[in-house]
Amino acid sequence: MSYDQRYSGKIYDVAVIGAGITGSMTAYKLAKYKLSVIVLEKGSDIASGATKANSAIVHAGFDAVPGTLKGKLNADGCRQIKEISEKLNVHYDNCGSLVCAFGEADERHLDLLYSRGIANGVEGMRIIRGEEIFELEPQLSRECTSALFAPTAGIVCPWGLCIAVCEAAAVNGTDFLFSYEAKKVEQRGGYLEINSDDTPIRARYIVNASGLGADLLVENDIFPDGEEEPLRLNPRRGEYMLLDTSEGGIAKHTLFVCPSEKGKGILVSPTVHGNVIVGPNAHEVEYRDNTTTTPEGIDEISAGARRLIPDINLRASITEFAGVRPTPMTKAKDFVIKASKRFPKLLHAAGIDSPGLACGPAVADYIVGKLGEMGLPLRPNPDFSDSRPPSPCFKAMSDEEKAAAIRENPAFGRIICRCETVTEAEIVDAITRPVGARDLDGVKRRVRAGMGRCQGGFCSPRVTAILSRLLHKDMYDITKKGEGSEILSRPDDRD
Amino acid sequence: MDKLIVIGGGPAGLAAAASAVDAGVSPEDILLLERDDSLGGILNQCIHAGFGLHIFSEELTGPEYASRYIDRLHEREIPYVTDAMVLSLNADRELTYVSPKDGFIRLKASAVVIATGCRERTRGQIMIPGTRPAGIFTAGSAQRFVNMENKMPGKRAVILGSGDIGLIMARRLTLEGAKVECVAELMNYCGGLARNVAQCLNDFDIPLLLSHTVTDILGKSRVEGVKISQVDENRRPIPATEKIVPCDTLLLSVGLIPENELAREAGVVIDPVTGGAVVDQYNQTTAEGIFACGNALQVHDLVDNVTLEAEAAGAAAARYALSGTKTVNYVATTPGDNVRYIVPHKIDLGGSGDVKLSFRVTSTIRGCDTVIKSGSKELRRIRKRVVTPGEMESATVKISDIDAPVSVSIEERA
Repeated sequence: MSYDQRYSGKIYDVAVIGAGITGSMTAYKLAKYKLSVIVLEKGSDIASGATKANSAIVHAGFDAVPGTLKGKLNADGCRQIKEISEKLNVHYDNCGSLVCAFGEADERHLDLLYSRGIANGVEGMRIIRGEEIFELEPQLSRECTSALFAPTAGIVCPWGLCIAVCEAAAVNGTDFLFSYEAKKVEQRGGYLEINSDDTPIRARYIVNASGLGADLLVENDIFPDGEEEPLRLNPRRGEYMLLDTSEGGIAKHTLFVCPSEKGKGILVSPTVHGNVIVGPNAHEVEYRDNTTTTPEGIDEISAGARRLIPDINLRASITEFAGVRPTPMTKAKDFVIKASKRFPKLLHAAGIDSPGLACGPAVADYIVGKLGEMGLPLRPNPDFSDSRPPSPCFKAMSDEEKAAAIRENPAFGRIICRCETVTEAEIVDAITRPVGARDLDGVKRRVRAGMGRCQGGFCSPRVTAILSRLLHKDMYDITKKGEGSEILSRPDDRD
Repeated sequence: MDKLIVIGGGPAGLAAAASAVDAGVSPEDILLLERDDSLGGILNQCIHAGFGLHIFSEELTGPEYASRYIDRLHEREIPYVTDAMVLSLNADRELTYVSPKDGFIRLKASAVVIATGCRERTRGQIMIPGTRPAGIFTAGSAQRFVNMENKMPGKRAVILGSGDIGLIMARRLTLEGAKVECVAELMNYCGGLARNVAQCLNDFDIPLLLSHTVTDILGKSRVEGVKISQVDENRRPIPATEKIVPCDTLLLSVGLIPENELAREAGVVIDPVTGGAVVDQYNQTTAEGIFACGNALQVHDLVDNVTLEAEAAGAAAARYALSGTKTVNYVATTPGDNVRYIVPHKIDLGGSGDVKLSFRVTSTIRGCDTVIKSGSKELRRIRKRVVTPGEMESATVKISDIDAPVSVSIEERA
């Protein structure tokens, strides 16, 4: 059965456009109610836009101006991410963060951040000085004079978090449609119709969580409070380097410099997988999909990283990447979560830039609340199961568990990804799970095959073969990240 | 007795295991562990000829060369497990491995030979800017697709780096009907063997662009082109020279890195220049009873050299397994002018016979001498027509001649 027949025959209660952090969390929260929900994603997988390429940190919530949505939602989101990660077994670490001050001007800024944090409900913050800083962070530059320590901050696997909540939503009946770009919304009798070429999807309510494309779904339709012009999003690119796990431990907390007009500056942070992440810079780019990395950008983030940790070994970079954030061009620089001017049952969630990841679950609660105000009946689903099927992680097992796992299923004894010790059984699971992996990047994000120091050199031919086998697809049709990114080149027809 | 364990079933591991039996260890006291599903290692995908000229005086393909050593393993009835991945190794030579057949196994080894080969340097490590589409392959993974899966990675390729696998793949892709636009090399010399430039590039009119690099990758889903620029003497791109080369595939042959995660875990000291273990002339690492050979020790140019090195390591591991440790009296080896590294890193003067010193030079030099000294005493001077970084050099010295640290240098002749 083709997608269109399966999904276009019914009228959903809610269609969520976008499976980034905002869309994924919204789908998860909506699954708790008696509602039929479909998630429409332009990319080939969950978290394939701005959510996949960011600092992977859970901000504590002291940056935002009190009273803004960011200010209201961040501390709650931060708390919820910890809770959801524990419940759904997502890689998360409550490592805490330090905003490092270099001199007096910076120190005044720390006081401002501290007071904002108090107003925003951030718990446990302290300004620390002298030796205490270096006890917490021995490799930190000795130029650092004081630091704002926020123990509630953390790090998370952004796509792992989204995949987990989407799986939980899918287990409770939510539908997912990938490689579907919502291009047009129209009002039909009692419902809205979304179109992508000739594949209509019908829903009574729509949540527009389409990230970088949020202002384009319906033209000139989002009017932020206090603004006369409709919302325009500005693509702002941030470049990153990811260092080998051999460098893990060089930073124990997420280390920030004091923020500037352009953003929170270049940070150095551990990741939940034991790597070190460095970045981002912040440059406006012309195209929304411009995720190229540049030599100038890498130089810029290298210099930023050395300011925090002078001895950081940037030669241990295993990959460089860039993400584009949807920065709202408004005075408040706040999230814009507002009903459409034209379609009363369409809710826009636009301009979800940093700290959009940390705010995710709280933004979703806010969205669900708004939908309720717009008339969506929110009757709790008594059958809701707040869980997802367990995903085996061979590397994390004890020796005894490893032995037992292989006895049970010999595919646990076949290591496909050498660098990250990923077994065939885990790759099979990643592909066959609810909302499972359909391409090489999907496998990589779910089980880390290809994420390590050889970057898929050894395992990509084997993962391609496994995808081909399980998806009943020709090897030539296996892609890196959706149509057009085929790994191999089909031979031309010969006469 | 505990088993002598050989980690890796490529050319190095195969030769080491056979040699250990020939040195007196009984086959049932040996176990060879191979992580892939068949023996032979990277040779299985090297279907071109050119292997074995030195040892067999004939030109074999990779699989043919491997099969000769697989036969030796079978003739000696040496046990081996394929699909077996070693998960841990410590300095007491305790290791764990898994395989679908054996499950999870913990062993204590009488001696260990690390023959884990190497991996390819990636795009991220050399920091090529641009987008991240499909169509970027390391030369070796493209080789696996073409030669083992019978699938082509693309139709129009640019190859960055002139390592041997890149040169071989330029020919391979051309023979399979793809167009190879060029091979770009950052350095001002070729990274691979001169014979491969002649046979793989020149014979097919594929240009080798020395002092060039890829400065941008274009294309969102699949590679649509790359930008190539000439670089100055400091290897920085010269902006005015940038040009776009349309292609759907970028192959990287930009260096090999010895795979030494296990050695590191066992506390073995690694030479930052070679990326391999620090060893003595018996190929023993700084961890007693743990030996290293093949591309895990140093990246070789010819498999014949791998075999010889591995046979020495296997024999030494056998001696250790049978009779344990001996007191040693080490002198160091130090790279002199124009020499990047020397293996072994130290020489036990209690040994006898000759020591073979392997080394690579830092740049191409014509009309020169290899000079080996012990302290200030010149032991040997060998006339060379030309030396290049792409080819391994070696020389032997008599242990009885050595009484002080040994240095090797390349001196230009006036």
